[in-house]
Amino acid sequence: MNLPAYNKSALVVWKKNLKSFWLIYSQNIMGLLGLGILTFFALMAIFGPYLVSITTLTIDGVTQVMHPPTSNYWLGTDDLGKDVFAGVIIGSRVSLLVGLAATAISMTIGTSIGIISGFYGKFTDTLLMRFTDVFLVIPWLPLMLVMAALLGPSLGNIIFVIGITSWAGTARIIRSQTLSIKERPYVERARAIGSGDGHIMIYHILPNVFPLIFANTVLVAAIAILSETTLSFLGMGDPTQVTWGMMLHFAFSMGAVSFGAWWWLLPPGICVVLVVLSFTFIGYALDEVLNPKLRRRDQ
Amino acid sequence: MNMRSYLLRKTSQALITVFIVILINFFLFRIMPGDPIRVLIRNPRISAEALEKVREQFGLNENRLVQFWIYIKDLFSGDLGSSFNYRQPVLDVIMERVPATVLLIGTATVLSIIIGVILGVIFASRRGSKIDVIGLSMSLILYSMPTFWVAIIMVMIFAVYWQIFPLGGMGMPGAVYANIWDELVSQLHYMFLPTVTFALILVGEYVLIMRSSLLEVMNEDYMLTARAKGVSRKNLLRKHALPNAMLPVVTLIAINLGFIIGGAIQIETVFSWPGLGRLMYAALTNRDYPVLQGLFLFVTIAVVGANLCADILYRYLDPRVKS
Repeated sequence: MNLPAYNKSALVVWKKNLKSFWLIYSQNIMGLLGLGILTFFALMAIFGPYLVSITTLTIDGVTQVMHPPTSNYWLGTDDLGKDVFAGVIIGSRVSLLVGLAATAISMTIGTSIGIISGFYGKFTDTLLMRFTDVFLVIPWLPLMLVMAALLGPSLGNIIFVIGITSWAGTARIIRSQTLSIKERPYVERARAIGSGDGHIMIYHILPNVFPLIFANTVLVAAIAILSETTLSFLGMGDPTQVTWGMMLHFAFSMGAVSFGAWWWLLPPGICVVLVVLSFTFIGYALDEVLNPKLRRRDQ
Repeated sequence: MNMRSYLLRKTSQALITVFIVILINFFLFRIMPGDPIRVLIRNPRISAEALEKVREQFGLNENRLVQFWIYIKDLFSGDLGSSFNYRQPVLDVIMERVPATVLLIGTATVLSIIIGVILGVIFASRRGSKIDVIGLSMSLILYSMPTFWVAIIMVMIFAVYWQIFPLGGMGMPGAVYANIWDELVSQLHYMFLPTVTFALILVGEYVLIMRSSLLEVMNEDYMLTARAKGVSRKNLLRKHALPNAMLPVVTLIAINLGFIIGGAIQIETVFSWPGLGRLMYAALTNRDYPVLQGLFLFVTIAVVGANLCADILYRYLDPRVKS
């Protein structure tokens, strides 16, 4: 069954797979919407900061603090008279970067532990999975907060803390898939021609758990962005960096809520929601594509 | 596997987890940034005598193994150290705030499960219809919102603009009520906004899990059999699908407890609700490390306990687990 595939180059197979994947995916409105929103914010993060600068709002030469939106300053100003609109744009870069970096760490740990655990089985499996269960059961936000508080507020620490605490779910999923893949004939074949454990894990198991890694990355990214916002809001962020979470932190602690400064509180939050939502939408669409059981029977 | 060995296995697993958490708690506060002293120095309020006292209390002049032994011994005698900020034993500080959090979490969870299950059933049974799509999108949107941000918006709308609910807190400080009825009304007035906000945040996940679980059950062969037998649509849902679809919800409640506690930290912070979450936020901002450490342990043990209960309950509810 698999034989013809061996005659083609890997690239051709990849292209074909990608094409058939896109055929199903592009029929999913949610998936397309998510992809659209994400592209918008990615462009904003890449090019936005070159276009704006956080300027001090002056109307008739007088600095205005906590000023509602005007025609020049679309989203008003904060307590220091800084332009909120520019803050939102500039904040997109670090917010997304933190989310992506944390996701990369989380996925690397989760995938490695999952594959090793599933592949070696026995004692290794028991040990690693017990460890994973501990991470699954520990309440997440308190763990992140405790770690962030001990390490001190910095961007690197936030990334590290989110990455190191969010891999457990991935490890579990990857492990169960590895358990099924390692029993397949091609793994046995590879072993018969003398492939080592490392080779089998990297060249035979990893490519086959890739769709799962892909789908899971999206969900972990959503969680990572939410985590960054929450940690920053609770005062664990780097006060020298502009992120959406830090904007909300300053807004809340400077009393924007009782002042009714909606222009300062809503925009950063809406951006977070849209980015997280786009990841969730994409994840949802991927789930429908990759899990045929969820597709409707009568189709 | 019989019930007894199952119980034994699950309990020992829970105990191992608690032990590992104790280990993490011990090493996190000792190894990561150096030792507790180096952490304490960051607190500008600490005096030289207090420093020496802490050094003695933690037994920092001994080696790590002895330190760990002291830590465990103190732990089992309920001694979690004393708070820098409140000048009280940590356990007392924590226990004082448990009722407020339990009240908030309990009410919100019950509320969200009831609404979530009902909505999940409605959406699943009308799969693909307009109401399903709208409901699903709403659940996803709610699910994507930072908890504290939803709380901020609720406060802005209902306490700042309309001013129909108080900004926060659990009651008027020093208020005296004419009768118990007045007191209850006042309590509810303060409780309403945080509870509804919390329920709003939790409900999305229950809707999603109930919907997908029900859809999965509907695809099972025994549903086809039941339909072939001529079971009515109503009975199909109520007698065949629902009991099975409810199972994931039971586990979700326990698994969710970690998430719920994360939510409580944020909600209590925004609403100034005097519970464990607010205490955690205060401990973070004051760098009150003993309280932070104690809270972390306390909360984790609560979650592990809840998971154990769910595992046992699940076995009673789902006969398939027994084989």
